Order: sequence, then structure tokens, then C-alpha cells
Amino acid sequence: MSELETPQYGMLIDYEYCTGCQTCVVACKQEHKHSAGKLGGVEVQELIHKLPNGKLYITNMPFFTEMCVFCVKRVKEGLEPACVKHCMANILTFGEIDDLKKEIPEKRKSILWIKG
Amino acid sequence: MSNNIEIVKTTTWSAGPGCHGGCGVEAHIKNGKLVKIEGDPDHPWNQGRLCARALAMTQYIDHKDRLKKPLKRVGKRGEDKFEEISWDEAFDIIEEKMNKIREDFGPESMIFSMGTGRDIGPWICMLAYAYGSPNVMFALSGNACYSPRIAALDTIQGDYSVFDAAQWLPGRYDNPEYKVPECMIIWGYNIPATCPDNLFGHWIIDLMKKGTKIICIDPRLSWFASRSKYWLQIRPGTDAALAMGFLHVIIEEKLYDHNFLKKFTDGPRLLREDNGKLLRESHVVKGGSVENFVVFDKTSNTIAIWDTTLQEYKSKIKSGKTNPAFSGQFEVDVLGGKKVQCTTVWDKFCENAKQYSPEEVEKITFVPADNIIKAARFYAKSKPASIHWGVPIDMTPEITPLCHAIAALWALTGNLDVPGGNVFTRSAFNAVAYALPGAEGVIKLKDQDQDKTRIGRDKYGPFNKFIWRCQTDTVIDQIFSGKPYPVKGLWMQTCNPLSGIGLDPKLWQKVLGKLEFIVGVDLFMTPSLRYADIILPASTFLEKDGVRSWWVPLQTINKVLKVDDCRPDAEINFELAKRFDPDFKWEKLHDLFDDIIEPSGMNFKELQEKGWALPPEGHPSRPYHRHEKGLLRSDGKPGLTTPTGKFELYATLREEWNLEPLPYHKEPPFTPISRPDLAKDYPLILSTGRRSPVFFHTEHRNIPWLRELDPDPVVEINPDTAKENNILHGEWIIVENWMGKAQFKAKVTEIVPPWMVMAAHGWWFPEEKDDPLFKTFKSNINMLIPMNNQGKDGLGAPIKHLLCRIRKPLSNEIVHNEEERINQCQN
Ligand code: SF4
Ligand code: SF4
Ligand code: SF4
Repeated sequence: MSELETPQYGMLIDYEYCTGCQTCVVACKQEHKHSAGKLGGVEVQELIHKLPNGKLYITNMPFFTEMCVFCVKRVKEGLEPACVKHCMANILTFGEIDDLKKEIPEKRKSILWIKG
Repeated sequence: MSNNIEIVKTTTWSAGPGCHGGCGVEAHIKNGKLVKIEGDPDHPWNQGRLCARALAMTQYIDHKDRLKKPLKRVGKRGEDKFEEISWDEAFDIIEEKMNKIREDFGPESMIFSMGTGRDIGPWICMLAYAYGSPNVMFALSGNACYSPRIAALDTIQGDYSVFDAAQWLPGRYDNPEYKVPECMIIWGYNIPATCPDNLFGHWIIDLMKKGTKIICIDPRLSWFASRSKYWLQIRPGTDAALAMGFLHVIIEEKLYDHNFLKKFTDGPRLLREDNGKLLRESHVVKGGSVENFVVFDKTSNTIAIWDTTLQEYKSKIKSGKTNPAFSGQFEVDVLGGKKVQCTTVWDKFCENAKQYSPEEVEKITFVPADNIIKAARFYAKSKPASIHWGVPIDMTPEITPLCHAIAALWALTGNLDVPGGNVFTRSAFNAVAYALPGAEGVIKLKDQDQDKTRIGRDKYGPFNKFIWRCQTDTVIDQIFSGKPYPVKGLWMQTCNPLSGIGLDPKLWQKVLGKLEFIVGVDLFMTPSLRYADIILPASTFLEKDGVRSWWVPLQTINKVLKVDDCRPDAEINFELAKRFDPDFKWEKLHDLFDDIIEPSGMNFKELQEKGWALPPEGHPSRPYHRHEKGLLRSDGKPGLTTPTGKFELYATLREEWNLEPLPYHKEPPFTPISRPDLAKDYPLILSTGRRSPVFFHTEHRNIPWLRELDPDPVVEINPDTAKENNILHGEWIIVENWMGKAQFKAKVTEIVPPWMVMAAHGWWFPEEKDDPLFKTFKSNINMLIPMNNQGKDGLGAPIKHLLCRIRKPLSNEIVHNEEERINQCQN
């Protein structure tokens, strides 16, 4: 298969609604039997910013790591990746990049994460 | 399935995730072992989602430290000396010892204590009642979690109510009956807690995505605060003032629902000016009833009587034409030839609210007046709007007036039992296992006479009417005083007072040392269990059959596997109940399950086949508009199930109990305002109990995937406050007051205001195996919180608003076992 035909996968992260519930982190550890104390496929960072208008703002940012394999095995079986399925706020969408682009939320900041 | 993996569906509840449950899950089982757990995508509650604690079940269920055999104490209380015994031997010892206590001192001398009411209430009541003791105890001071809120709402609106996220409707949010709220007030609740009070927390996120705007009331910048249209950064303990301020704005600007006020409240009832009490029929008519009330009828220009039994006016002219005045001064002839001046409940209620102008409320709460006005308007004008309140509401001594003021908000804005508002909630199909405030269950005392010795029952009104537990602080007093009768034994199940639920844990340590016989039932060894004479190993939700009818849906819990010699709480208590009560009603546990769900028309097997069931349209346990349709009351008349049939702006029961019947704010006992003397030395407001996504109160510190995400007890400190006290981010510090001290890791962050610190609760250290009490007093914030500060009705405790100071530790003050902690975080 030429490179052009290989679909490129990615993760669309609608992070404005990420509550920091840590579900994705443990979902990945369970799915891939990652040990505690070792890096898993995703980590969630809490960021606290003071905006120019003086307002404090919390952002929870799921950060996908080197360990993320997009749950290949699950996806082949027709299942969603473990973190996507269990995300309590339903903010993760996995798919082909071209499809994900269409799902980018209109009025919110979001991240399209692509594995290089 | 592939690899011989069998997928079994069940429902989460309690041990495991530790929560109040409700999620549908799929357990993946291989050779009798749990290999994976996932959310059930077909389940209407969670729709496939699942929290971190439930997803960590594989580490929980086969944890090396799980209690797997019954244990008998062979050393001293609090020492780590136990030996394994068989279940038969354990049951025999318990039977013998508890029978002896019953013979020598009476069954009421045994207290049956639980932690937060999860899948335990029915089973602990079943055992206590079979033994003959009415003394079931929820071990928190002032019973300050949930049942105060339920009792408060039962007092004034007859039924409890919760925010509506279409949980009753097939198809959930897509059901055409449902309306997404335009506004939701999040009052003292934060989302990482995941699921509060038998609701799924992230439903609120679903609603926000569908357009719901948030008003957040929280002293701390929670995630909701950061996403809200209005964040009201309140001083802890002043919530009632804020609610009164909202009422003030809504009344002044006439933003209330006139129809609801007219039809469903007690607004027109006359109040006597001479004694401030309700004018009753018995005051004006010879032989009149004390349960009937008086209004001034504008049509006939004279008084009319509200007949509580018939739920209508009996006036000289035809009923139905009565047009009661909601406002005015009236002179009424009372028996004995006297005249008394009267005013209406509505006038008094408004006059009361008038004292809480936004400017006044700003002074009390620290919330800018302008924000109070804007938020109140936004809430009142949004249709529908709902309120979700968290446990901080219970955690203040004047909890009942606070609930009253908040409930008046949803009632007067017409948001009661409407789609997307606050809807009355009952157990699905009215399938009730055990008595909760406002509901009678299948499991009850055999004889009401047995209830007479329940501790606190005669002291506090709500405990005689709605709350069928003992009053916790009164129990502790009685354990030391032995009056009016001695307390000799303690059954302690799902309960760890030395680490979590016990305020002033050193006092609890004395309690545990004093009692003659203690049985502990749990899944892991805890500091409190070290005081037990017999320890029984309990099961997780995956190892038990059960039923769950907390609001909706009605569900079964299905036994998926067995772990060693562990037994489910229900089975343990059932076996002993049979031993203690020769006339015990049920032969098999499943007969009892059948009885509990009988109102649904199904038996356990049938419900299990279906998995879950929602009550059908027109059922009293399903919304909406039930007070209009006559679905709430047993007589089928429109109205509410309060003693008078109306939403009570003036609480008749509180009048009966000699307590203030109208809502108000009173400064809590330990604040810079109420105790400036203490504030001199302890200038910071100490708040506790902010939730962690990975722990349920004292649980889960030993689960590696969870502990690594929240490794240390943390106190949040504002950067200015930290600087003032010379404290750096990440260092171990001391938080202390006149009660005691505890050590925490400083998290220096702007999410808390400079005048307050927020300390995590529930900390003990399962990795500290050399200490028999697992260093439970080291970082236990309850060391700083006294007991015995319940409100006048026996409810509430000052858990969210104490006073403290922070400081750097002395050179040898902090002993932190980092190595063991790291071991704990590895698997
Ligand atoms: S996609 Fe799979 S591998 Fe990647 S973070 Fe999510 S669960 Fe882990
Ligand atoms: S599960 Fe979803 S909401 Fe929760 S932390 Fe992960 S990305 Fe955020
Ligand atoms: S906390 Fe909530 S998400 Fe987790 S298992 Fe319990 S009900 Fe489900």
C-alpha cells in the first residue's frame, strides 16, 4: 500500500470540557496492563491561568504520550479505544484525520492530536 | 467470546469504586478471575462511560492485602494481633457475645454503625432489627450527610427532589418530554467527585454541552466555577444568607411564579402577631382542628378555614370560590372573646427576605452584591432552571433553614417537578428496602415499641419524624455517661471512624477502647478494624447479588465471581439475622430481594433478565407535574405530601418542634465573625473534604493505579498566604488549631482565596504496615474538627468552616515514608 492510501489516524480532543476525572488514564493502564509508576498512553495536566481580565481559568489537558498505540487491537475488532469509550465527559474522538476535521467543534478551542 | 472470556453485565454499587452506584458495567471473566471491566454502552445511566475507580477493579479485587478470612483478635485493642478463624467459629462467637449483651443489658446496648449509606443501609438495619436494636448509626457528627437534606425537604415539601437530567425517561435527553435547563446552579459540588448522591456527575457536563449555563457557588475555583456564567465565591458557612439574598431579589423584582405560589404554597395562611405562630382552626372555632389553618377570604371578606384532611377550604360560601389574601393585616376574633392581629405567611416570608438585601448579603458572604443580583435574575428568568447541591449543604449546623431557603428558590420560580427543573424523587416503583427519611421500607423493626430506646429520638424533632438512625453525637456522649442506659457493643460495617467519618478521631479511639465487644466488617484491614474483636471479610460489588432502587432505574446487582472466603455484606448480615431472630421473616436472601422489588410487579429473576427498569408514565415515582395531577398524595388529591399538603414557606413541623419555622442565616460556631478570639491565633478558614477523582473518602489509598494519581495528602494554599507564612509549594507543613494538628503537602495555588485553606480528608497510610494504626492520626484533618456542634434539630456539623493556622514544621515533626509510598504506587 502506498503511503497516500494509508489512512492517517488521530485523536480529536474537545478539552474545554475535560473535567480532569482521570478516567482515560486508568482506562489505558487497564487496557494495556501498564504498571502503576510507569508511563501510560495518556496523562492529564491541570493548568491554572490568570486571564488578562483577571479571571482564573482551569484547563485540564489530556496529553497523549509515546505509549499511546491508538488501541490498535480494539480498533481492529471494531471497538473504540479504551480511553475514548470511557471518557466521562465524552470529549475524545478517534478516527481518520479527514473525518475528524469535520467534527472539530465550531465555537470551542480543541486539539487534533496526530502521531507523527 | 474469544479466549474463553465471558462477559457478564452488572451494576456498580459500593465496595470497589466505593460509590453510590448505578453504572452498568461489563465484567470480563476468565477462569473465574476478573481480567477487565468496561462500561456497558447499552446502559441508560452511564452509556458506556466508567470512572477511574471502577476501571481499577482488577487491582482491587485480587489485591494482596484483601481480608480473605474471618479474624479473631488475640492481642490488645489497637494492636496488630489477630488469628484466622472459620466463618462458623466467627458466627458462633458473635452470636454468643451479642446474645450475652442482649440478655444482660438489652438489645439497644448494641450500636450498628455504618459509613456513608451505600449498599449497606438495608443490611445493617436488617441485622440490627432482627437483633432487636433500633440503634443504627451513621457515624458522622450531626448525621451530616444527605439525610439532613432529605429530612429538611420532607419537612417543607414532603418529598425529596433532585435535578432532572432525563434519568427517568427512555431515550434520556432525546425524549420529547424533556427540556434541557437553561441554567443550573451548582451549589457546593465539584465534578472530579464523579457521582454524588445517587446521580451521575457527568450528566451535568452532558447538559452543559447542550446549552445549560452554570451559576457556581463555591469558595474555591472548581472546574465548574471556571466554566460558569456567574461564580459566586462564597465565604464557607454563609450559604443561607446567599440563598436569602437570591430570594430577596426574586421577591423584590416579582420574578416568582404566581401560579405556584397561589396554588401550592401556604402563603395565605394567617400568622398571629401575638405569638408569631400559625392561627389554627382550633383558635377560632370551638371544637376546631389544630391541623386546619385559617386564611382571610377576599370574596366573603372574612376568614376561611383550610381543611387539611379534605385539602380544600371550608368557607361559608361554596368552596372553590375562596380567594385567600396573600398580603395584609387582619384582625381576627379568637375564642375567649379576644381579637388578635394577623398577617400572612407570605408577608412574613417576604419581610424576612427583605432583611437580606444584596448589600447586606455581600457583607456576610463576601459575594459582590452586583453578582448576587445578576445571578438571581438569571436563575429566576431561566425556564427551566435547576439546582444541584452537594454535601457542604449538610455540613453546617443550621442545615435545615439553609435547605429551606434553597428549596424556596426552586419552588417559587416554578421549577418544582417540571422537565429540566428539580423533580420530586422516590425510589423507582416505590421499591424501598429500608426506612429512609420519608419512606417506609420492607425491612423494619418488628415492633414500634423497640424504637423507643433509639438514641436521640426524643431529643430532636426530625429524629422522631423522618430520621430513623440514632443521633451520632448523642451516642458518643452516652457511651461515656452510660445514661440513660449503657452502650456495650459496636457492629462496625463499611465504617472507618479513626480515618474518615469520625470527627475528633482521638475521641473515637477512646470510644473503640471502651466498648466491650466490637465486630468489624470490611474489605481491607483499616485503622479502626484494629480495635475489633472479630473481623469479617466482605465482598466487592462483583461478588454479590443485590438490588438497587436509589431513584432510578430499578436494577439488580449480579454476582459475577467469588474471591476466597469473602462474603457479601448482605449475606453476612442475613445469616446472623436468622440466628438472632427465630421469627426472621425470610428464608433465603433472594426472598427478601423479591419482597423489595415486589412493587415493580417483577421478581429478582425477572428484573435480572431485564437488567434495569424505569417506572412507567403515570407512576408516582416518575415525573412530571405530579403535585398537579394528584400523583403524590395517598388520597389522590393534588398537592404535596407535607403535613398540610402545601409547599411550606412556614414549616409547621418546625413550629411543633419549637424551632424557627422560617428560613434564616445564622453565623456558624467557629468563624472569624463568631469567634474573633480564636481567629486571633487561627486566622485562616479551614475547609475540608474537596473530592479526589481517584479516592472515595478513606478508600483506595492502596490501589496503585489510583494512588499514583493523588499520592499525598494535600492542603491548598493561596500564594499570598503561603508567602506570608514562608511556605513553599510542595513542602510538608503543619495545619493546626486548638483541637490538634495534621501534616499536609502544600499545594500553593490561586484556586483558593487568601483567607481560606482547603485540606484533603480521609487520609491514612495502608503502606505504613509497621504502625498498627497505619499513621491514621498523622494527616487526618478531622484532628482539627470537634464533635457536638450539631444544629438545634440534631443535624449538621461545622465541617467546611473551622479555623486554623499553617506553619513550617519543626525539624523532627514530619515523618514521611516516601519509600513505602512509592512501593504502594507500584504493582
Ligand atoms: S488510545 Fe488506547 S493506547 Fe492510546 S491513550 Fe487511549 S487507551 Fe491508551
Ligand atoms: S476521561 Fe475525558 S474528561 Fe476525564 S480526564 Fe480523561 S479526557 Fe478528561
Ligand atoms: S462513581 Fe459514578 S461512574 Fe464510578 S462506578 Fe460509581 S456511579 Fe459509576
